[in-house]
Order: sequence, then structure tokens, then C-alpha cells
Amino acid sequence: MQKHKEAPEAPEPDADTELDAATPEELAELWEAEAPPKSGPIANAASSLVVLALAVAGVILSIGLDLGTPQTPKAGMWPFIVSIIIGVMALVQLLVGRRGGKDGEKFSSYSWFPLIGFATLILLVILMPVIGFEVPALLLSFVWMRWLGGERWRSATLYSLIVVVIFYLIFIVALGTSIPHLI
Amino acid sequence: MDFFGPVLDGFGTVLDPTNLLYCLVGVVIGMLVGVLPGLGPAATIAILLPLTYGIEPVTAIIMLAGIFYGAQYGGTITSVLLRLPGEASSVVTVFDGYVMAKQGRAGTALGIAAIGSFAGATVSIIGLTFLAPLVASFALDFGPPEYAALALLGILLVATISGSSKNKAIIAAAVGLLLATVGRDIFTGAERFTFGNLSLADGIDFAPLAMGLFGIGEILYNLEDRHRAASAPVKVKRVWPSGKDIKQAAPAMGRGSVLGFLLGILPGGGATISSLVSYAVEKKTAKDPSRFGRGAIEGVAGPETANNAAATSSFIPLLTLGIPANGTMAIIFGALLIQGITPGPQLIGEDPELFWGVVNSMYIGNILLLMMSIPLVGVFIRILRIRAAILAPITALITMLGAYTIRNSIFDVLMVVVFGALGYLMKKFGFEPGPLVLAFVLGGLLESNLRRSLLVLEGDLGGFLTRPISATLLVVFVFVALWPIAKGAIDKNKKKPLVAQIATEKEKV
Repeated sequence: MQKHKEAPEAPEPDADTELDAATPEELAELWEAEAPPKSGPIANAASSLVVLALAVAGVILSIGLDLGTPQTPKAGMWPFIVSIIIGVMALVQLLVGRRGGKDGEKFSSYSWFPLIGFATLILLVILMPVIGFEVPALLLSFVWMRWLGGERWRSATLYSLIVVVIFYLIFIVALGTSIPHLI
Repeated sequence: MDFFGPVLDGFGTVLDPTNLLYCLVGVVIGMLVGVLPGLGPAATIAILLPLTYGIEPVTAIIMLAGIFYGAQYGGTITSVLLRLPGEASSVVTVFDGYVMAKQGRAGTALGIAAIGSFAGATVSIIGLTFLAPLVASFALDFGPPEYAALALLGILLVATISGSSKNKAIIAAAVGLLLATVGRDIFTGAERFTFGNLSLADGIDFAPLAMGLFGIGEILYNLEDRHRAASAPVKVKRVWPSGKDIKQAAPAMGRGSVLGFLLGILPGGGATISSLVSYAVEKKTAKDPSRFGRGAIEGVAGPETANNAAATSSFIPLLTLGIPANGTMAIIFGALLIQGITPGPQLIGEDPELFWGVVNSMYIGNILLLMMSIPLVGVFIRILRIRAAILAPITALITMLGAYTIRNSIFDVLMVVVFGALGYLMKKFGFEPGPLVLAFVLGGLLESNLRRSLLVLEGDLGGFLTRPISATLLVVFVFVALWPIAKGAIDKNKKKPLVAQIATEKEKV
């Protein structure tokens, strides 16, 4: 057993590590370089303003709910306080992140994928009560496999059919759930 | 005897065949999601929430806990073989684990990680067994002000420690608090932010929120992120490490266990941070630090032990104080609430079967995991061949159909999709969904305790400071809140060395 362990340890450990950036620092750099670009100042301003708008709406609606007094707080008091905090933090973020922070990711040409995915999910929500889950689920699987996943036509068709059949067997036949279904 | 009676009864609960089965199911699922990069334990637990509606509370939590700590084992496999951390908590394992694999010692790295994980978890469970009742008995006479202060501190700690931007994490947490107010106000009965929608009158349900933010959000995000090339896994020989390896790694495991246990208890701590700290500690205490990054076995043993110890001990604040320490714990908290159980100091006394059942299930779960991760490692490596393109629609459909089965409501499914889009956008704009979910779960508790305290203290906020425990907690709260600002000021006053200045200038450009 010992012999087995020694053998592979001997050859070129150094040459290998040098070829393949392997110290933690080099690896971190490599990951950093591979990572998508940060979202930047415009995204920061936009998201901060959306949050700020939410805070303003929260404040207005909370006041409409009646704040009460600190002794007898009414329904609006707590959401009012929370909305104020959100608003203040949004303003701070607007300022702090004006040069773009170290977080977030820029949208890329691949960002269409989640959008298409989202559309198929919404379609499932709309169609499921009308025509059951089978057809929209088949459509979703096929779109996700063929176009979002780059599977070939044949495998995408085959696998999405299998997926829907298995879901039918589990959710409808075995568990007897009341998910709307066609058959 | 008084102490050990319920502990032993807990083993009876675990050995119930149903519970054993769900424990096995949990750890296998955990192991699988750990191996598959992309979907983390939080997302998986969220997606599987509907499954818990139909089963006993103990059984449900045993399974969810199994997923959580099982993922810590699985995450190691891809770190070592592909240089691709399956979980955030296994990132540092890549440094030495992958090098070891390249040197033909992949089996040793995986074996030592499995043994370390088992050791860390076991130490942590024993610690949990003794510490949890102590913490709970201390917290039994907490009143509304203490709970309010504790919840505030918990949310702030999680927000400030997790993620890159503290500011954005706090915004996310505050939005979570706001979302928690939707629905009927329990004190006055007034409807808040429902906009006349009947489905919102009872508030936003936890399950669709978590399933959307963590589940669909992550699935959508992965659709975009998937186009990176994956390399073939390194071949694995002999998984059982030699006696010499174990001897060399043992001190690292010891340190990792203690470190992970302690960091796991802290809110916002947990598996990821403890693995990072453990790696740093091992590198610092080593006689020859240059070995690290070149296949040092301690660099695998320490962090892998620490992350499992932390995963286990992070159950302490949840089960004894009712304060989840991280996003994943927030989902388990939500699952308990769904089951009609409010975790808190009274849990051990009122529901010992649940408490000790869950704690003791961890022994069994870890033994199962050790058995799976050493001889069956080849099976799990084969899972890596399943293409993400085929898995993605399956997970999406499980989430959507699962959400429907909770209440047979298409509105719930719509909520999942809407929160999924929000989760995706939050990730893109640098907001962590974790603090939002955590604050959402604690929002009701925080508000009702604050308002109750105000009633008790007759509107006098100073009353919080006259009670020693709530005062201490609030002082810590203020310290944590202001520390980044103070630190920023100190750093600015110090003159930076030239090199650092150039570096920061470069960053700006």
C-alpha cells in the first residue's frame, strides 16, 4: 500500500503547479479574470433609485395606515420606520456606489437566457390552469434544453418527453396531487 | 439522568424507520447538490419545502438538516477533482485539494476530507448536546425587549458579515422586514399593503418567497452563467488515506473542529467563513507555510473539518434562541413555522422529541455520509456527467409544480416566479437574497416584540437600556453598525504605503 502512494507523488510536482496557476493567490486572480464584469455605476444608481422609490411608497402608504404614537403604535408605525431605514440606506448607497462598487454583474448577451427562461415560466403559470401542465411543461423543457442549454434536437425532444412523463407519473399517478392536467 | 433521559429518547425518535429513511434521503440529496455546482443547499432546501407539508415535523427537519450538512461533504468532491467548488464553503479546499489530485493523491484528499468532516461534525454535535440546553435555559426568561434586541442584532450581523456590500445587504434585510408586514396587522386587524388582493390578506407566504428567491432565482442565474467550459474529472484511486496522512492531518482537524464550532454559533458566521479562517490558521501555524497551495494535506483537512463543524453548530442559535444564523437556517426556521413550531428557548422543554430527534439524527446522518463518501465516491463522480442543460428544466419544474401542491393555488406559483425574477435581479445588482429571507422570517417576531415592548415600557425607548440583557445586545448592535464607518475613518487617517495607493488607483480605473 505504501508503495502505491509513493509512486505518483514523485513526478514533476513543480512543473505541474507552475503550468496550472495553483497558488491561492494565482487562482484567485484567475477566477477574478474569468468572472463577469461588475455591474458599474449606472446599475448602482438605477438600483438605488428603485429602492428609494420603494421607500417613498412605503412611507406614504404607512402614513395612510395611521402611525399612532410611540405609546400606542398603530398598524403604520413599524412599516414607516422600516421604509425610512430603506430610504436612508438607498441614499447612502447612491453616494457610496457612485463610482460602481465591487459587486453585481453586468448584463451580457447571455442575459437573454434568463429572460427567455422567465417567459417560459410565466407561460406555464398562465397555461397550466387552462390546458393542464403537460404541454407547457414539455414546451419549457424543450426550450430550456434546445436553446438555453444547447442540446441537439433529438436529445432535447427525447429528454423533454421523458421528463414530462416522469413528472406525470410522480405527481399525478403516484402522489395523486390536484395539479391541473390534460389527460 | 435527568439530562440524559431525553437525549437517549431522541435516539428512539431517530431510529424510527420513517425518520431513518428521510435522514438517508436528506443526506443523499445533500451529497448530490453538493456535487453539482450551481444549486446550493439553501436553494435545494427551499425547492423541497412543499415536501415537508405532508410529513411529521421531526421527520421534515431531519431531512432538511441532512441536506444541509450533506452538501458540505459533496461540495468537496468537485473542489478536489475539477477545481470547481460545489459549494462556497469548499472554495479553499480547491487550493490544496486540486493540487493533491494532480499529484495522484485525489483519493487521499477526498478520504481525509470525509474523515475530517465526520470528526468536525461529531465534535460539534457533542458540543451542541451540552451547550444548547444551557443557552436555552439562559434565554427562558427573555421578555419582548430582549427578543426584539436579539432579532435586530441577528439580522444586522447576518447582513454585515455575508456578501460583499454591507450597505446593500442591509437594504435587502430592510426590504425583507417590509415584505413581512404585508397582510393583516395582528394588533389592530388593519390590512397592510394588500391592495385589496384577497390572496395577500394573510400575508406573503414563506414557502413561495423562499422557493422563488433561492430556487428559481438561482436557476435563472445559472442559465446565464452556464457557458463556462468544464474539464474532465481527475481519476480517483484508493480513497482510504494512509495512517501517516491521518496522523499528519489530525491536529488540523482538531483545530478545525473547535474553530468551526465556535464560528458556526455566531450569527452570520457559518461554514464558508470558518473554512476560510481555518485555512488561514493552518497556513500560519504550519512549520513550512510554503507547502500550502502545493498539496498540503492540512489545507484540506482543516477547512473541511471546520465547515462541517460550523454547519452543525449553526443549529444552536436556531433551536435555542429562535434566531437563524444564516440564510439556510432561515429556511429551516420557516419550515418549522410552517409545521406550527416556533423554535426558541422553550423548544427543548416543550418538544424534547423534536429537539433531540433532530440533534441525534446528525450522528446517524454523518455516519451515513462517511459510508457514502468513502466507498461510493465513484458513484457521485458519475453524477457530474449529467448535463446542466437537462437538469435545469427538471429543477425548475419541481419548483413550480411543488409550489402548486402546497395549497393548490396558482397564485403561489406566480409568486414563486415573481420572487424568482427578483432573486435573479438582486444577484445581478449585487444584493444578497439571504438577508432578505432571514429578515422576512424574523420580521413578524421583531415587530410584535417591539410593539409589545413599547406597550410594556409605555412608549419609553430608554426602557430597553435599563434591562441588562437587552441593553448589552443593543450596545453590541450599535457597535456592529458603526464599526465599518469607524474602521473606514481609521484606515483613511493612516498613510497608505505607495504600493497600496497604486493598487487602489488602478482599481478605480
